[in-house]
Amino acid sequence: MSSTGAPSVLKDESTRNIRQLLKVVILFTIAGAAVSSRLFSVIRFESIIHEFDPWFNFRASKYLVKNGFYNFWDWFDDRTWHPLGRVTGGTLYPGLMVTSGAIYHILRFLTFPIDIRNICVLLAPAFSGLTAFATYLFTKEMKDESAGLLAAAFIGIAPGYISRSVAGSYDNEAIAIFLLMFTFYLWIKALKVGSAYWGALCALFYFYMVAAWGGYVFITNMIPLHALVLIAMGRYSPRLYVAYTSWFALGTLGSMQIPFVGFLPIRSSEHMSALGVFGLIQIVAFVEFVREHVPSRQFQTLLKSFILITFLGSMGALVLLTLSGVIAPWSGRFYSLWDTGYAKIHIPIIASVSEHQPTAWPSFFFDLEMLIWMFPAGIYMLFSTLEDHHVFVIIYGIMASYFAGVMVRLMLTLTPVVCVSAAIALSNILDSYLTVRSPEIPEALETASVVDDAADSASTTAVPKAQKKRTNLLNSAKGTMVGIYSSWSKLVVVGAFTVYLFIFVLHCTWVTSNAYSSPSVVLASRGADGSQHIIDDYREAYYWLRKNTPDDAKIMSWWDYGYQIGGMADRTTLVDNNTWNNTHIATVGKAMSSREEVSYPILRQHDVDYVLIIFGGLLGYSGDDINKFLWMIRIAEGVWPNEVKESEFFTPRGEYRVDEHATETMKNSLLYKMSYYNYDRLFPAGQAQDRVRNVKLPAKGPELNVLEEAFTSENWIVRIYKVKDLDNVGRDHAAANAFAAGKKKAKRGGKAAKGANRKLRVV
Amino acid sequence: MAPKKNSTSTVNTPAPSTPSAPATTAASALSKASASSSNNPFTIFSKVYQNYTSTTAQRTKLIDAFLGFLVITGVLQFIYCVIAGNYPFNAFLAGFSATVGQFVLTASLRIQSNPVNKNEFSSVSPERAFADFVFGSVLLHLFCTNFIN
Repeated sequence: MSSTGAPSVLKDESTRNIRQLLKVVILFTIAGAAVSSRLFSVIRFESIIHEFDPWFNFRASKYLVKNGFYNFWDWFDDRTWHPLGRVTGGTLYPGLMVTSGAIYHILRFLTFPIDIRNICVLLAPAFSGLTAFATYLFTKEMKDESAGLLAAAFIGIAPGYISRSVAGSYDNEAIAIFLLMFTFYLWIKALKVGSAYWGALCALFYFYMVAAWGGYVFITNMIPLHALVLIAMGRYSPRLYVAYTSWFALGTLGSMQIPFVGFLPIRSSEHMSALGVFGLIQIVAFVEFVREHVPSRQFQTLLKSFILITFLGSMGALVLLTLSGVIAPWSGRFYSLWDTGYAKIHIPIIASVSEHQPTAWPSFFFDLEMLIWMFPAGIYMLFSTLEDHHVFVIIYGIMASYFAGVMVRLMLTLTPVVCVSAAIALSNILDSYLTVRSPEIPEALETASVVDDAADSASTTAVPKAQKKRTNLLNSAKGTMVGIYSSWSKLVVVGAFTVYLFIFVLHCTWVTSNAYSSPSVVLASRGADGSQHIIDDYREAYYWLRKNTPDDAKIMSWWDYGYQIGGMADRTTLVDNNTWNNTHIATVGKAMSSREEVSYPILRQHDVDYVLIIFGGLLGYSGDDINKFLWMIRIAEGVWPNEVKESEFFTPRGEYRVDEHATETMKNSLLYKMSYYNYDRLFPAGQAQDRVRNVKLPAKGPELNVLEEAFTSENWIVRIYKVKDLDNVGRDHAAANAFAAGKKKAKRGGKAAKGANRKLRVV
Repeated sequence: MAPKKNSTSTVNTPAPSTPSAPATTAASALSKASASSSNNPFTIFSKVYQNYTSTTAQRTKLIDAFLGFLVITGVLQFIYCVIAGNYPFNAFLAGFSATVGQFVLTASLRIQSNPVNKNEFSSVSPERAFADFVFGSVLLHLFCTNFIN
């Protein structure tokens, strides 16, 4: 980190070559740091795919590598969403898989036969190095190379970006942030040079970005917004026309080539701003053209009103078209960014994802450390030297901070601009404090040297700001030089920031190592003596499914585990993390939250062979299905409000309990029974304890009639149940079970018999 | 359908950069002008036309003729789409956006090679502008032929 300050020291040196060499060395060091800080999980555990979504990407990549590109393009996957299947080629962003597939084949060609799994695991670290380079280029356009190197160093290790790009996190974001920064760099370049070549390159990388990540909509709206703001500021230039129109014409056409996007750029509201600005810029260009030929002042004012009228007219047309339904309105996912309460009320499945919650303040500091307070300073400094391309960073900063405040997940798009802006602020400070030579004309500016030894953040950033103001003031007094004269004050300020930078590195490494480098597939716990104990229940259970069930067995589980079952157990699932069919998910939710008699027909109708649940009660693993149960109920209630009622799962006092005070509906729900089946036998009688909910369970465990326990993993985290076949002699399962247990029918009482009769009719 | 209507209206507006087309848009703007302006809109228009023919270089006029041709092709395609329906929608989009894209690329070439804008494009020589134009057009046609199926 400290070495990144070096180029600005060398600015005065005459040897260009040394500077060039240093730059290359620094960039390679940054890439090395970026890659190596992402390898914690591979070194500690092993080289596997983490989380849930990456398992699908991994499976798709394997399919691509095995079957070739054309088969991948028309891949109909009949092993997910069981009765329906999924048209994978048309419902995924293929950029990630094609990238790793290409790398795989290139390495083969170079005679390095590397397993596709290792390419997938290490793709994100590799691209993080490229992201650092792209950020360097982008910041270089904004200020100068020294700021660029600082920004590259920041983004290389900033935890906000590392959290999505550790080794094994084979998600779309792994390459998307690189593409985001590189597209923005090309856009700035196109705007500066005013060349269609850069505009077309920008469109090409925009196309790649569309192929890679659904967040491309951010670019689709950022670039038009930038152009619009420039026009509104009266900064229209022919360069803007060339850059914007060539980007838009090629980029839109390019984005429509991706089957998943299709005609959306024409039809959906998210893309309308780009089209509107495209129209506006044509009008503005035309007016500029006419102005060239007619110098009359009256004519100009008329043309201005003409622009305004056309603009309002096309806005009106857009609103009208949206209202009449020709243009699709905002999709729920985007709409919930504006109306933050929308998802919770209308689409529980969006609200149920933990990443879609608002961000708390501490996570900003946790993810960005010192960058977060240098970020506004950088924006301020950009305002004071406002140029066309500075406007871009300002808008990007404002938009991204809003979105990151609304949704935790969008912290990822904020991180690059924070790094850029903080790097600009810091390099401004270093520029003024790192020059060894004193300014020539001595002036009464000793105030700067009064900086305290303790130099806390507020005072150190305040000093350059105050000076800047001073500079602006004195500029009117013409040619007066302002600078820092005492080398002592320079030393203090630079020293303080060096310390900050070191602390930043320490913080980033600590956060990465402790918070973001744990694979969710393998759980690690520490014994009292510091020894590590690995809990590998997930893979144990998935491997059991893979080896001990028929190849065409259908597994029902909550959608969170759909991708992992498909990837690791290689069995057919009913629902998975691609939540495209809400009703189907609600069906699973209903089966989980209903009585056995209701669930059994659902299981039969969907050919379910096995039901898999996650239970953390024995180990205190809080992400289990009982804790997700309320979302299953809510999603099911959205579709069958009469059959599943959330209120019935709460005690009369409004508590969600699993002990003996749990409601009857709760105790009779399939998920409850599956979770606690046989659990009481682990403990002395009456001592069964749930370590997540921290309650004592009822003395008698639940009975299961329609399912039988097939497999329970070592720590009881994964429990798999086999769905029983229909009874041979036509009894219902409850009666058959009672008979097998040797109970007399009369003893069971009329209640059971009544239930049995009802059951018979259902089946 | 409708979004295209939107896009055509925006695309058609700059059409007046050709000598023949300004009649529609400029005239409509000028009809509003006539109230406050002492000049007769027709004289202003004819002044614009005269100014254009006298000052514009031959090469630029050639580009303008091409632009006019593209506008006519685009309008014809759009009218056909309105009349005959948009069943192979991708084919319509490919053809139509080919004309729109080619129009803006050519307009960019015109702007870049215009000597008036010399100081705006300090690093782009006319030859470089033409190379940019070729690069953009090749890309555009690749996308279009792929999209039309």
